[in-house]
Amino acid sequence: MAADSVLAALRSACGPGFARAAGADDLVGGVPARWVVLPGTTEEAAAVLRIAAERRLAIVPRGAGTKLDWGATPAGVDVVLDTGRLSGVAWHTPGDLVATVGAGTPMRALQGALEPAGQRLALDPGSVPAGATVGGVLGAGEAGPLRLRFGIGRDLLIGVEFVRADGVVAHAGGRVVKNVAGYDLGKLLCGSFGTLGVITSATFRLHPLPARRAWVRRSVWTPLEVHDLLGDVVMSSVVPTAVEIDLPAVSSLVPRQRTAAGPRGPGTIAVLLEGTADGVTIRSGIVRKLLGGDASIVDEPPHWWGRYPFGPGEIALKLAVPIADLHAAIYALRDAAGVAVPVRGSAGVGVVHAALPRATGVDRVAAILAAVRGVLVGRGGSCVVLTAPPAVRDEVDLWGPVPGMTIMRRVKEQFDPHRLLSPGRFVGGL
Amino acid sequence: MPPPATLADRLRDALGDAAVITDEAARRTYECDGLTHYRVTPAVVVLPVDAEGVATTVRLCQEYDVPFVARGSGTGLSGGALPLADGVLIVTSRMRRILEVDLPNERAVVEPGVANLAISNAVAGKGYFYAPDPSSQVVCSIGGNVAENSGGAHCVKYGFTVHHVTGVELCTPDGELVWLGGRMAAEAPGYDLMGVVVGSEGTLGIATKVAVRLLRSPEAVTTLLAAFRTVADAGAATSAIIAAGLTPAAAEIMDALAIRAAEQAVDCRYPAGAGAVLIVECDGPAVEVEAEVAEVGRRCAAAGAFEVRIAADPAERAEIWRGRRSAFAAVGRISPNYIVQDGVVPRTALAEVLSEISARADAAGIRVANVFHAGDGNLHPLVLYDAEVPGAYAAAEEVSGAILDLCVAHGGSITGEHGVGVDKAAKLPRMFSAADLDTMQLVRCAFDPTGRANPGKVFPTPRLCGEVPRPRSAAEIPAAERAAIEAW
Repeated sequence: MAADSVLAALRSACGPGFARAAGADDLVGGVPARWVVLPGTTEEAAAVLRIAAERRLAIVPRGAGTKLDWGATPAGVDVVLDTGRLSGVAWHTPGDLVATVGAGTPMRALQGALEPAGQRLALDPGSVPAGATVGGVLGAGEAGPLRLRFGIGRDLLIGVEFVRADGVVAHAGGRVVKNVAGYDLGKLLCGSFGTLGVITSATFRLHPLPARRAWVRRSVWTPLEVHDLLGDVVMSSVVPTAVEIDLPAVSSLVPRQRTAAGPRGPGTIAVLLEGTADGVTIRSGIVRKLLGGDASIVDEPPHWWGRYPFGPGEIALKLAVPIADLHAAIYALRDAAGVAVPVRGSAGVGVVHAALPRATGVDRVAAILAAVRGVLVGRGGSCVVLTAPPAVRDEVDLWGPVPGMTIMRRVKEQFDPHRLLSPGRFVGGL
Repeated sequence: MPPPATLADRLRDALGDAAVITDEAARRTYECDGLTHYRVTPAVVVLPVDAEGVATTVRLCQEYDVPFVARGSGTGLSGGALPLADGVLIVTSRMRRILEVDLPNERAVVEPGVANLAISNAVAGKGYFYAPDPSSQVVCSIGGNVAENSGGAHCVKYGFTVHHVTGVELCTPDGELVWLGGRMAAEAPGYDLMGVVVGSEGTLGIATKVAVRLLRSPEAVTTLLAAFRTVADAGAATSAIIAAGLTPAAAEIMDALAIRAAEQAVDCRYPAGAGAVLIVECDGPAVEVEAEVAEVGRRCAAAGAFEVRIAADPAERAEIWRGRRSAFAAVGRISPNYIVQDGVVPRTALAEVLSEISARADAAGIRVANVFHAGDGNLHPLVLYDAEVPGAYAAAEEVSGAILDLCVAHGGSITGEHGVGVDKAAKLPRMFSAADLDTMQLVRCAFDPTGRANPGKVFPTPRLCGEVPRPRSAAEIPAAERAAIEAW
């Protein structure tokens, strides 16, 4: 039996305990896999990819599985390559603020390993509390509040090791923070949803943990209010580490709740300041004055900080817009949806997430996307559906216009000519 | 029948006589970039005034199957803009418009010929700046910065060009103009093609418009100068500053030879007897800068600094920087010729590598001046020689090459900011396996299957791109992909 021989080959590559027939839970975007394999080394991962290439098997890398229903429904899933054993900090030189880690390392474990040295990877996406791995966060191009100051995965990744579709192991970048030798393939892999190669190891630039941090939070009523307050903070010289907003799905018809501090709106803008103890005290005081209203300084982040506004089964959107146009995009979204859609994210960089109710029908979602994208076309920006129930996912255009699609298709054809790596999960059916 | 039109004729028809140079003497003025050791006179020089002019030129190159090389201000130090004798040199120096400044969105959109410093100058009055600051920033072009992923003294804190460019309109090797990246937004869907185009040294196309991020000018900037007995001590001080979690905006070292040259050139009055100086600049909110500078001073003292000066005002700040900024040119006063090397080592290895460089140089009887970006481990040893002395260049080259080997042996890089270009293509295999280089060239095959964009640069051996996949019929293309095609 061919199926038996695949399993035998995978077992022979990774050891008898580390390849098995897929179970009912081994789904990618609802598509059942046939086998699950757990390579323990880069060489074993390369052997797995060679087996897949020889037999033309579709292969999808999986970390903690927090985003397996993100992207389009894959055209096929034969082998799930679980990165669970490609984990751990291989190399950390605190004096260089650089670390090399296995792709399967949970982000929380990585931060835990760096903390004793007073360091961190300044990357804090919403999937981390659920156990997301380094490889998954990079592959999905996720980032969190810290992106305002430190950028996203592609900005912090200084070296990468990955396995190509044909099983060849390749590297780009290195272990130093400054390096322009060769093409920076790490950038290409970040956010590529496993369609160009399987990341096995990543080398990051690290940052020191701050001596002190404080959040300044203030209630807000409307996206326009966010816009005005954001402008004040952005124009100041306080250098915030993050500027986040949370606008829950509370109807604006709810009467204003009065508190001792004045009117308290349903939404929140929160500004993170990091630095020395004295510095943070002074700077957070300045931000409190800038924000006015009921602004207060707190030592802990708001409960929603760094968490996605969507839950399982909901339709998750990511909007990336020019920062001064964020309010216009949110109004367009809410007008088109006809309900107060929850919106949360990095207002300071113009990237926020939103959730549409799971019951929203296909036509409704398509109409909402068309309306929002229509507003964004003139301003520059995008509205991407990260995940949605299969009925919606398979019918709507998840990405909208993608400049450079022709070259992207050619890149995919070069890296994966037989369309074996996460086929169909990414833009344009890549 | 008239003879068939030549490429130059067609270029003139399309772009006008003034944009096309065929006169040999005029062409020869473009024979090299900042790395003057390599010289080739291009077949034709084209100076388009806009993106469409670049695209027209590239399409004609395609039609005539002629390679092309892009050139900005010609300040590159790796021969990345070295022309081809049978190729067209596309010079962007007439594309100098700042097309858009959008302060609420912290962006500017500029043409590739705009000088790096011109962007900061355009927005300084409003309290903004453009962060990457290569030392040639007065003249070097943004298009060249994009090609080389340029850094500068302040990239230890702010990062490189790739962190400050949010969109590139690329003229592909097929002659099509396509915007990559989010432009005014922080990101765009799809592969990060912009991320790989930045730093690809003109081998994937030509940037015809560039969207850059503008930053708020820092509230406070303070510069400190610490004098050490040895360059190894200064290196150790830098390692200690970085390891302590301090994030200076710049950390630059000059060794005794570089100091001597600078003193002769600009009388910078650095502390007498210094075997090395470390210049550290901190910027940000005033309260943070004050604390940071104090801590940097303490770390320097602990590492053996015998004098620490803190600039009290902008004039004193400029005074400290004057010596550093003059250093490269000043070395010309103490040596008729020199090679500017560019390598990177882990920051913890600075002291060790500097000692090893010194030992190698002494053993070879060659003087090496060190002026470099210590904060990110980016060494710029200047290997001195006299071209009039037979064999001197070869000896200097050998030391220069040995320095790169040291960098690689310590886990570093053969280039931190000058690029691979033509100069280091043969050295790239010291860092990357054949498989690594083959994989990088898959990207080149996707952008430029016929290899017309700046051939011979970066990679020691070109990869054959194989058959270009046949176009699929409409029926084979999934619906989502069709939608994307129709939109763009």
